[in-house]
Amino acid sequence: MAGVGPGPLRAMGRQALLLLALCATGARGLYFHIGETEKRCFIEEIPDETMVIGNYRTQMWDKQKEVFLPSTPGLGMHVEVKDPDGKVVLSRQYGSEGRFTFTSHTPGDHQICLHSNSTRMALFAGGKLRVHLDIQVGEHANNYPEIAAKDKLTELQLRARQLLDQVEQIQKEQDYQRYREERFRLTSESTNQRVLWWSIAQTVILILTGIWQMRHLKSFFEAKKLV
Amino acid sequence: MGSAAPRSASVLLLLLLLLLLRAEQPRGAELTFELPDNAKQCFHEEVEQGVKFSLDYQVITGGHYDVDCYVEDPQGNTIYRETKKQYDSFTYRAEVKGVYQFCFSNEFSTFSHKTVYFDFQVGDEPPILPDMGNRVTALTQMESACVTIHEALKTVIDSQTHYRLREAQDRARAEDLNSRVSYWSIGETIALFVVSFSQVGASGEGLRVLPLMAEGKWKPVCKDHRVRQEARESGEVPDLV
Repeated sequence: MAGVGPGPLRAMGRQALLLLALCATGARGLYFHIGETEKRCFIEEIPDETMVIGNYRTQMWDKQKEVFLPSTPGLGMHVEVKDPDGKVVLSRQYGSEGRFTFTSHTPGDHQICLHSNSTRMALFAGGKLRVHLDIQVGEHANNYPEIAAKDKLTELQLRARQLLDQVEQIQKEQDYQRYREERFRLTSESTNQRVLWWSIAQTVILILTGIWQMRHLKSFFEAKKLV
Repeated sequence: MGSAAPRSASVLLLLLLLLLLRAEQPRGAELTFELPDNAKQCFHEEVEQGVKFSLDYQVITGGHYDVDCYVEDPQGNTIYRETKKQYDSFTYRAEVKGVYQFCFSNEFSTFSHKTVYFDFQVGDEPPILPDMGNRVTALTQMESACVTIHEALKTVIDSQTHYRLREAQDRARAEDLNSRVSYWSIGETIALFVVSFSQVGASGEGLRVLPLMAEGKWKPVCKDHRVRQEARESGEVPDLV
C-alpha cells in the first residue's frame, strides 16, 4: 500500500461503492407488484426435514417521478409460514429487504404469506410495491462455494457433496410420495365405502317408504270401501 | 502516485467482472401460488439479450384445472398466449434485453380459485464454484462422470416434481369426489323422505275425489272455502269430509 495517498484511495472507494450499488439493483430476479395491505401467498409442497430459504427485496413506487425507488428504508414486510396442519411455523416482521429460513417437520403443503403493513405507502406510494422474491428449496438452498470454504473441500469433493445432497433430496421426495399415495388410497377407499353404503341405505329406505305408502293407502281404500 | 492508478484500475476491473457475473447469473424461480377468481397475477423478470428462458406451468387445483397465460417482451408484444390450458411449456430466446412479463389470468371463472405452479428458468446452470467459469484445462474423467451423474439426477428430480404435481391434482379431485358423494347422498335421502311423505299427504285429498268422479257425482269446484261451503249447503257437492 506504499505510495497510495488519501486522494486516490477515496476516489477508488467511491467508484467501488458506485459499482456495488449497481450490482445491488440487479441482485434479485423475479418480481411482482402488490397493493398496500394485499397478501400474497405461495405454496411449497415439500417432504419433511427440508430447508427452505427465501430472499426478498421491496421497492416503493414514487408517484411524482413515476418510477420505483431503488431502496427504501422503513418499509416492512410481514412473513408468515404455516405448515400443512395450519400451525404457524414462522411469523415475523422483516425490513424492506429480508431473508427468512425454515425447516419443515411434517411433509405437505406449506404456505408462505407476505404482506406489507407499512403505513408510509398510503402517503407516498400510491399503493404499489414491487417485491423481488426468490425461494430456494432443499438442495438448491445450499451455497456450495460457502460449503467448500467452510469444510475445505477440493473441487471433486465438492461435486461429490452436491451429488450426495441431490440423492438425499430424491430419497426424501420418494418417502413423501409413498405417504401421499397412502393418503390417496385411503380417500379412494373411503369414497368407495360411502358409495356402497349409501346406495344400500337409499334402496332400503325406498323399499320401506314404498311399503309404508302401500299400507297407508290400502287402509285408506278399505276405509272408503273401495277395496 | 505511480502504483495508485494501476491498483485502482485493477479494483475497478474486478468490480466490473463481478457486475458482469451478476448480470449473466442464471436464475430460476419455481413458485406455486393461489389465483383467486376473476383475478390476474403477473410476474416480471429481467432477461439479457440472446439468453434462452423457459416457462413451465401447471394448474394444480380449482375448477376445470385451466388457466389463461400470456408472455410479453419489454416492448409489449405478446410472444406467447394461450387460453384455458392445463399445463404447458414455453421456451424462447430473448431478442431484446429488458423486463419480460408473464401473467396468469383466471378472469373467465366466476367462483373457482385456482392454484398454479410455474417454473421460470433463465439461462443455463452456473458452475458449482464461481471461478470455474474460466478454466482452461479439460475436465478429468472423475469430474465429467460427476457432471453426467448431476445432469441425470436433475432429470430425476424434474420427473419427481412432475409426478408430484399430477398426484396433487388427482388427490384434489378424489377428495372433492369424496365430499360430493356425502353431500349428494344425504340430500337424496332427505328428498326421498320429503317426496314420499308429501305424495301420501297430498294424494289424500286427490284420492277421495277419484271414486266420486267415477260415479259422476263430483264437479270440480275452486278451493275457496266459502265457495265450497256454499256448494256443500246447496247439495250439489257431497260432503267430502
